[in-house]
Amino acid sequence: MSRINKIALKAAKANRKLLIPYLVAGDPNLQTTASLMHKLVEQGADIIELGIPFSDPSSDGPVIQRSVERALAKGTTLNQVLELVAQFRETDADTGIVLMGYLNPIEAMGYKIFAEAASSSGVDGVLTVDLPPMEAAELNSVMRSNQVDTIFLVAPTTREERVASITEHCSGYLYYVSLKGVTGAALIDFDSVTANINKLRGMTALPIVIGFGIKDAQSAAAMGKLADGVIIGSAFVEKIALLADQEKHDEQQLSDTVKVITEAREALDKLV
Amino acid sequence: MSKLEDFSAVVDTAVFDGPDASGHFGPYGGVFVGETLIAAVEELAQVYEKLSSDESFWAEYDSELKHYVGRPSPLYFAKRLTDSAGGAKIYLKREDLNHTGAHKVNNTVGQALLAKHMGKTRIIAETGAGQHGVASATVAAKLGLECHVYMGAEDIIRQAPNVYRMKLLGANVISVESGSRTLKDALNEALRDWAANVDNTYYIIGTVAGPHPYPKIVRDFQCIIGREAREQSLEQIGRLPDALVACVGGGSNAIGLFHPFLKDESVAMYGVEAGGYGLATGKHAAPLSAGCAPGVLHGNRTYLMSDEAGQVLETHSVSAGLDYPGVGPEHSWLKDKKRVNYVDATDEEAMKAFHQLTRLEGIIPALESSHAVAYAMKLAATLPRDKNIVINLSGRGDKDIETVAKIEGIEL
Repeated sequence: MSRINKIALKAAKANRKLLIPYLVAGDPNLQTTASLMHKLVEQGADIIELGIPFSDPSSDGPVIQRSVERALAKGTTLNQVLELVAQFRETDADTGIVLMGYLNPIEAMGYKIFAEAASSSGVDGVLTVDLPPMEAAELNSVMRSNQVDTIFLVAPTTREERVASITEHCSGYLYYVSLKGVTGAALIDFDSVTANINKLRGMTALPIVIGFGIKDAQSAAAMGKLADGVIIGSAFVEKIALLADQEKHDEQQLSDTVKVITEAREALDKLV
Repeated sequence: MSKLEDFSAVVDTAVFDGPDASGHFGPYGGVFVGETLIAAVEELAQVYEKLSSDESFWAEYDSELKHYVGRPSPLYFAKRLTDSAGGAKIYLKREDLNHTGAHKVNNTVGQALLAKHMGKTRIIAETGAGQHGVASATVAAKLGLECHVYMGAEDIIRQAPNVYRMKLLGANVISVESGSRTLKDALNEALRDWAANVDNTYYIIGTVAGPHPYPKIVRDFQCIIGREAREQSLEQIGRLPDALVACVGGGSNAIGLFHPFLKDESVAMYGVEAGGYGLATGKHAAPLSAGCAPGVLHGNRTYLMSDEAGQVLETHSVSAGLDYPGVGPEHSWLKDKKRVNYVDATDEEAMKAFHQLTRLEGIIPALESSHAVAYAMKLAATLPRDKNIVINLSGRGDKDIETVAKIEGIEL
């Protein structure tokens, strides 16, 4: 059983909603990303989605685009992201780590080298935004043989007959995109999410988490009611943008930055 | 081996019949977009498959090309250019004479018909040199559709006349400030818009790239160039040309000319990429001729200019329309199959050819097409006088006169 499976199972037994913050590795620098990751765990994150910076993030809105540009300006590479995870694992064996990004940096490294490095660094899952299931057979097979989960998205536009081909390739959790658009967009249609999540429940036993457009405790609670967990990206990354590029940040600065996550945890815990 | 029969016997010409049902040309092409857009590209593929087997759809398209675009475009024997090169005869396929001044309109007319059939009310497009933006704004005006064109902030400066043309046509031109602020970033932004407005929006991609079915659709609409050139060659020269030359950015004008000749073994083909300051400087836009590795960008797998870590590189070309780090996936396949020779022409060579064609023939070419002219003149010089070369003169150069003047230190 993978670490993500264990986390999800344990949460389900405890009636706890999964809280999954997203941040871009290397913004404002890798040391700060590491400090933030530990702070997130302290504030109740169950899994962390770590963004691999890519020059052309065509599924991301302006907040994450700018974060990626800052990380790239620091020269952040996929190799360094993997090292960051390995370093994080030295003191944390419980929190799930999912790498989220685009295919080209993984292609450039080579699927096999990437899969082995991800596995040995302690990465639990990989979500490649621009790699749909029908193109994913090769990468999936090497990830699976290295015990790394492959996570896929379902969108409001996904046709019902496609869901089976997605869940077949998906392990760990299923990521439901709450809206039509890019990360950080504003309008979630609550009724449509409810209907679609209910439909998905009948089609898969995978834990379902909701992301895109969750910006505060209130929206986290609303989405948390429907799903097994929520992902908070842009609303958190927006706060990271305010951090100065320095090696050390004091506790207060880190706490202020992760405040949206702290509040989301409280709101999610009140649901049960 | 000089006849088609021999060629077919040796080479399995079916390799030129791509893409396959899932949109691949060998290992290239495919569908690499976020889940939100999958339903949209699948719907487009279905609609196109249905319409493209419908004769009345093509009749409507042909009628638009004849009465609105002004086709067929002439195949013109460039006598003085030929004399100047001093070898093979040079013919120009005059796509510059199309309505809106470039080959781009062949595609936008076709895709606008698709949009109409699909009941979409809003058109989006990306543009580099502005020719595709103008061609999209033009068909949107004709059909009364809302039109938004994404254009890199850098290109907006380089191609000011086309920006104003789009605005006159009623399009909303959106300046893209992210990344390198050129064509690739405009594509990213158009993809983001499409994801957010997928219900009512048709995205007219301007080149033979993007997720399947775009490389196929755009190619099919541009193949009119090659079909006409083939007929005109037989009629005017009495046989097929010996060589075809076209510039390659994304590669739509080149594939349009080449594709109807792919199974004609006697016809050599040259795709001319933007050599910028020279391939050795790294400041170019020539993923095929510079020997780059394949990668994945903008929905397809293709040869791509990216660094060791997989970050897409910034490109350089004097012509905004060629300033793109990738290339259509079918070109990658044709490179691997060695059917097309991919070469480059530098900024300097293109500028020189721009002036030569202007002075020798009274035809001002687009800077993009000037790359093809530059290489064709070199090629012509190496061939005997009884050989014939067809250049795709893909666009006219009115849009570039400010750029040329600026480079040469002339104030207008």
